[in-house]
Amino acid sequence: MSIHVSRLTKTYGKQCAVNDISFSVNEGEIVGFLGPNGAGKSTTMKVLTGFIPPTSGTVMVAGKDVVQSPQFVKQLTGYLAEHNPLYHDMYVPEYLDFAAAIYGLPRPSRKVRIKELVGLCGLGEEQHKKIGMLSKGYRQRVGLAQALIHDPAVLILDEPTSGLDPNQLVEIRKLIRTVSSNKTVLFSSHILQEVEALCDRVVVINRGVIVADDRLANLVRQGQHFLVVEFEQDLAAEILAEAEGVEEVIPLERKRFRIRPRAGIDLRPAIVRFAAEHNLVLLELRQEENSLESVFSQLTRTGENEIIA
Amino acid sequence: MIRIFIKELNGFLDSLIGYAVVVVFLVVMGLLLWVFPETSVLDYGFADMETLFSLGPYVFIFLVPAVTMRSFAEERKMGTLEWLLTKPLSEGGIVTGKFLASVCLVILALLPTLTYYFSLRYLGNPVGNVDTSGVIGSYLGLVLLGCVFCALGILASSLVANQIVSFMLAAFLCFFFYAGFESASQLFADGGSALLLKQAGIRYHYDSLSRGLIDSRDLIYFGSVTALALLSAKTVLSSRSW
Repeated sequence: MSIHVSRLTKTYGKQCAVNDISFSVNEGEIVGFLGPNGAGKSTTMKVLTGFIPPTSGTVMVAGKDVVQSPQFVKQLTGYLAEHNPLYHDMYVPEYLDFAAAIYGLPRPSRKVRIKELVGLCGLGEEQHKKIGMLSKGYRQRVGLAQALIHDPAVLILDEPTSGLDPNQLVEIRKLIRTVSSNKTVLFSSHILQEVEALCDRVVVINRGVIVADDRLANLVRQGQHFLVVEFEQDLAAEILAEAEGVEEVIPLERKRFRIRPRAGIDLRPAIVRFAAEHNLVLLELRQEENSLESVFSQLTRTGENEIIA
Repeated sequence: MIRIFIKELNGFLDSLIGYAVVVVFLVVMGLLLWVFPETSVLDYGFADMETLFSLGPYVFIFLVPAVTMRSFAEERKMGTLEWLLTKPLSEGGIVTGKFLASVCLVILALLPTLTYYFSLRYLGNPVGNVDTSGVIGSYLGLVLLGCVFCALGILASSLVANQIVSFMLAAFLCFFFYAGFESASQLFADGGSALLLKQAGIRYHYDSLSRGLIDSRDLIYFGSVTALALLSAKTVLSSRSW
């Protein structure tokens, strides 16, 4: 039940939303789909679910082409769309029953399944309300419940946690983790902690092009390490920049600097020596852990795109 | 298709729309048929339901678009169209389900008017002196007219995301198909093209059915206009390359 996207291009009129991207999600894998706003995440997911046709390229789910056998793919996939569209004038169980019936679940098992999902998604107290009366967090749970209703082998979630408060965030994440065992999951997000918490692998997309596709640990290792130093005395950044092995100096607060070393160099001895030569007292010397945030912003810095971290 | 049909019909009956349509239709028809002197059966002196069948279509021109205006316009606005189209449903099935639900509501609005027929039978002198075959033909015509209007309304709703615009477009289409063609045919002096244009309109076929003569040509006309409108709506849905 894997997903294969190969050479997918989607243009809206003259605007190219997704440009020749290829990636795949293997069976049972949870892959995070990352990128700034407008990078092409949702477009890719809409093509994956058969909502819009690709301009060129192929998308295969479980070995079948989405364009050629849409019904097969749709039956197999659970999808939570970007803005979580719901019928506001339906009651929660009514809506879930409608969704289940569409997937062809027989009536008795629909009832059982709805009860199960209401419990799983924590909808118990709110289940007798109309969807329109629910708060955003509960609506998101309903959206997730409908995506899971037929126990799909493939789960595609477009920003499942957008607009939730921190507690709900943790709960929804936990829920995704619980249900996603033995499912193939592709989910988009721009909350990096979430990706760190959930994913085996990330695909980073920027301006319609894939800029990284790797395991998280590898990505973090690849990125550059920074050094944070603090001196007791005032110091001009230009002087520090002349020290050996320094690529770039970014002044932080008054006497603190972040230093980017030339690739592959451990700068710490050089900085200590530099401090001694210039009669400076070194108060802090710290190698900064490379975070996913910094990797992400490095990867998506091209162009004038705003960086979302 | 069945699922969509059930959901739509529930939607009509759970909200005010369904009841509003039925009540408004019955009140308007009741007033016209029994109260307002100009059109009242009681003042007319003949046991005849002509008023219902000649004015009914004009009431439908406003009521049917009100029923159908939200069908796709609202789904599009709320984003649930994406939800529906990423479910294992065919576009044709979605369109047909919505169409049948609207037709069902129209028939529900028409059903109570059958009491008018039985009242008239009783009022006739001698009792039962009503043109029954004419009434049956007229009812069939009204139901078929309702089908065409529903199909046109759904087409209009699939074209635009705004419900008000959808309503106006649908009302215009219904009016044009009902009376527009016939009126336009008067622009032509030569009989052939005038007749052709007249036959393209609904009224020509509707009137023919009201005479109690159920002609296959009229049935085919209603069937094909309905099918054409629904097919266009399906095509609009399928061509979502935005």
